[in-house]
Amino acid sequence: MSNARRWAFDLTLWTVSVIAGLALVAHEAMASEKRMTTGNARYQAECGSCHLAYPPQLLPALAWRRIMASLDKHFGTDATLDASAAAEVGSFLVGAAGTGKRVAGAGESLRITRTPWFVREHHEVSADVWRRPGVGGPGNCAACHTTAPQGNFNEHNVRIPR
Amino acid sequence: MQLETLRIGTGVALFLSASAALPATPAELLKGYETAVRAEDARFAGFSTERGREFFNARHGVEWSCASCHTANPATQGKHAITGKAIAPLAPAANAERFTDAAEAEKWFRRNCKDVVSRACTTQEKGDVLQYLISVKEEAR
Repeated sequence: MSNARRWAFDLTLWTVSVIAGLALVAHEAMASEKRMTTGNARYQAECGSCHLAYPPQLLPALAWRRIMASLDKHFGTDATLDASAAAEVGSFLVGAAGTGKRVAGAGESLRITRTPWFVREHHEVSADVWRRPGVGGPGNCAACHTTAPQGNFNEHNVRIPR
Repeated sequence: MQLETLRIGTGVALFLSASAALPATPAELLKGYETAVRAEDARFAGFSTERGREFFNARHGVEWSCASCHTANPATQGKHAITGKAIAPLAPAANAERFTDAAEAEKWFRRNCKDVVSRACTTQEKGDVLQYLISVKEEAR
C-alpha cells in the first residue's frame, strides 16, 4: 500500500470510528431521556393537576424530601396532601430521585430549573422565549416538549410556541 | 402460586379502595353542605347563587381569586396562574367529573381557599360557590 493510500485508509477508519462513537453517545443520551418516566398514578393525579408531574430523576432525594415537608407553602400555593397520598408520593419521589451528574450541584434549591444540568441543557433558550404567553416560564415543560406528559423529553419533539 | 395469590389480593385491594370513594352527584354534595350548615344554624336561609358568583370572582385581600385560574366563566377551560397548565372546566355542566367525590372536592377547597382567602372556607361559602357552579350552564360559553 502506498503512503497516500494508507493515509486515505487511516482517515476513513478514523472518520467511521468517530461517527460510530457519536451515534452511540447520541443513542445513549436519547435512551436516557426516554427513561424519564413518571410512573406513579398517585403522583400523576396529585401533583400533575397543577403542573407537569416532573420526572423525579431531576432532583436529588434530599430536595424531594424537603418539598414533601413543605407542601403547605409550595412555591406560593397550598399543595397539601392527605397522609396516605403524602406517604405514597413521597416514597415514590425519593425512591426514583436523581443521582450523579444530572443533579450535581443542585444545592439548596428545590427548583429543577435552577439545577446546573437544566441551565446547561437550555442555555440556547433566550429570556424572551421563556416569557412568551404560550410558554409562561421554564417550569412549563410541555409548552415546548410536546411529549413531556409521556415522560419523553427528546429534542426531536420540541416545538417552541411563537 | 404465591405470586398469583398476591396478584388477586392486590386486585381486590385496588377494587375496594376505588369503591371506597363512593361516586356522588354535585347536588348530593351541595345537600351535604346544607345539612352541615343547618346543624349549626337552624334558621339558615339557604345558599345563594349570587353570593357564590361574587365570592368566586372577588379577590379576598390577596393576589388571586378563584377566577384567576378557573376564569370568570367556569364552564370554560382554565389555566393555572403560575404554571400555565390547562385546568379542565369546573362547572359540572361542562365537566361531568366535577364534584362527584366529596373527598376530592374537600381537598381542593382546602388547598385553594388558603391561596385565595388565606384561611379555610366556611361551609356556607363552599355551598354558595358550589350552588353557583351548578347554576353555570355550558351554553354560557
